[in-house]
Amino acid sequence: MEDLLPVYLPIANLSVNGVVIVLLGALTGILSGLFGVGGGFLTTPLLIFYGIPPTVAAASASTQVTGASVSGVLAHSKRKGVDYKLGAVTVVGGLLGAAIGALLFRFFQSIGQIDVVINILYVVMLGGIGALMAKEALGVILPKKEVEAVAAPNRRHHPLVTALPLRWRFYRSGLYISPLAPLFLGVIVGILTMLMGVGGGFILVPAMLYILGMSAGVVVGTSLFNILFVTIATTMMHALTTQAVDIVLAGLLLFGSVTGAQLGTLIAQKAKPEWLRLILAAIVLLVAFRMLIGLGFQPDEIYTVMPL
Amino acid sequence: MIRSLFLLLCFVSLSAQRDPILVPEVSQHEVQIEQGFVGQELLLFGAILDPSGTRAGQEYDIVVVLKGPTQPIRLREKDRIGGIWINAESTAFRSAPSFFAVASSTDIASIVDERTAAIYELGLDFIQLSPSGTIDPEEQARFTEGFVDLRQRQGLFKEDMDGVQINEQVLYQARISLPSNVQTGQYTAETFAISRGRVIASEIAEVEVRKVGFGRLVEIFSQRQSLLYGLFAVSLSILMGWVAGRLFAMI
Repeated sequence: MEDLLPVYLPIANLSVNGVVIVLLGALTGILSGLFGVGGGFLTTPLLIFYGIPPTVAAASASTQVTGASVSGVLAHSKRKGVDYKLGAVTVVGGLLGAAIGALLFRFFQSIGQIDVVINILYVVMLGGIGALMAKEALGVILPKKEVEAVAAPNRRHHPLVTALPLRWRFYRSGLYISPLAPLFLGVIVGILTMLMGVGGGFILVPAMLYILGMSAGVVVGTSLFNILFVTIATTMMHALTTQAVDIVLAGLLLFGSVTGAQLGTLIAQKAKPEWLRLILAAIVLLVAFRMLIGLGFQPDEIYTVMPL
Repeated sequence: MIRSLFLLLCFVSLSAQRDPILVPEVSQHEVQIEQGFVGQELLLFGAILDPSGTRAGQEYDIVVVLKGPTQPIRLREKDRIGGIWINAESTAFRSAPSFFAVASSTDIASIVDERTAAIYELGLDFIQLSPSGTIDPEEQARFTEGFVDLRQRQGLFKEDMDGVQINEQVLYQARISLPSNVQTGQYTAETFAISRGRVIASEIAEVEVRKVGFGRLVEIFSQRQSLLYGLFAVSLSILMGWVAGRLFAMI
């Protein structure tokens, strides 16, 4: 396992196969280039599965997601695909959320249920969003039965969003809505970022599309913009509190993912978007299912050790 | 005067007859964890000498115990409650060793009784974990078993009942490998010479496991300059992302 290019991780305190970690980074990089999600939802569980301590995995994965989203943000901003105003609002929410998430993390850790909470979050979030994406993608791919029967309700955003007070104009998104909606969305994603060690793109992208009703052209860029700043904040928070950021691990993951991200962008330009979404849905559901097995049937380990 | 001299003589001759001298040595007293560290095999060897110079027909068995630094831990046990596995009961151990390896020249159960094995921690079944708080012995045993099993699968606890070779009843040697996920700190290698169910001599040799070079630097940096370290990690990731973007843009 450690034969090929052994690399010692000084913070995680163990030796890993460098090639495996770079490939893992590349895989998540391709995902981020293709779909505008950071890929943290895949990196963190796989790292833990590989034997990296969970806190180190989550902390270092957030560092990696920062790098993976930089080139994406740059590319999207060049073709005016980032709504900076709306992005700034979600970032503010994200920072608040990350702070709340850190408190929740400590609370669940003190009652000894943090791993269970993380597991449940993964199953619920990934399972729900994966199912939604799969349904949508299949709806496009499969031959249409009765087109008239499924006439979608003609509304831009969720009724709750319109009910909120105070309205701002977000020109690039083509929205005139209350900033509280993206702020709240940012808070939720921030909490999840801290708890699950993910960027939150897999929640942001659908939420921006279906709840806020942003124009599709700026969704991926703005989501990446939010992920970039929130993961910077979580990396800093981990560095200062848990001291679990392993720079060697993050570096290996980054090396793979920045390359993968470019590949992903190239593929994205050629492939059919509905097939891409179906594949992403399948991956997301697979991870959720794997977590469900650990939760409902047989956990990987009955016993867990926590230093006092 | 004569009487005390006699006693002294008795003592010397008795001790000379009964307690052989054990001279242990370790192939290296310092294990350095450098970049690319994948573990290290330690050779623990030495000699058993009878002070009188004769072997006196003594048959020895040798047990070597290599033990890593201990730490207080809390061990949680998952249980199925309402259809899902959640952490239910837990217990605390005040001195759980981070590494524990036992090598013996023959099956320990055949050379000492359980009481002796428990006193000297001869075997994974006899590790002293110092449980804190009072819970019933049965539950305690279940937790201990679970902990030892977990550590065994991590390669941090091991037992080799055929791991010590003895030559001519004088020289012995054992090989114990440290995996890459060992903790740093002071390790003790204790050697026991056992004869007729009794530990007749024991000696300790020490091994220090420490990080050196780049790994050590990173560890110190992350602990003493957390803010700078975090900023450095963030800058590194932004730089790598940006450079990759530029490189691919040129292609």
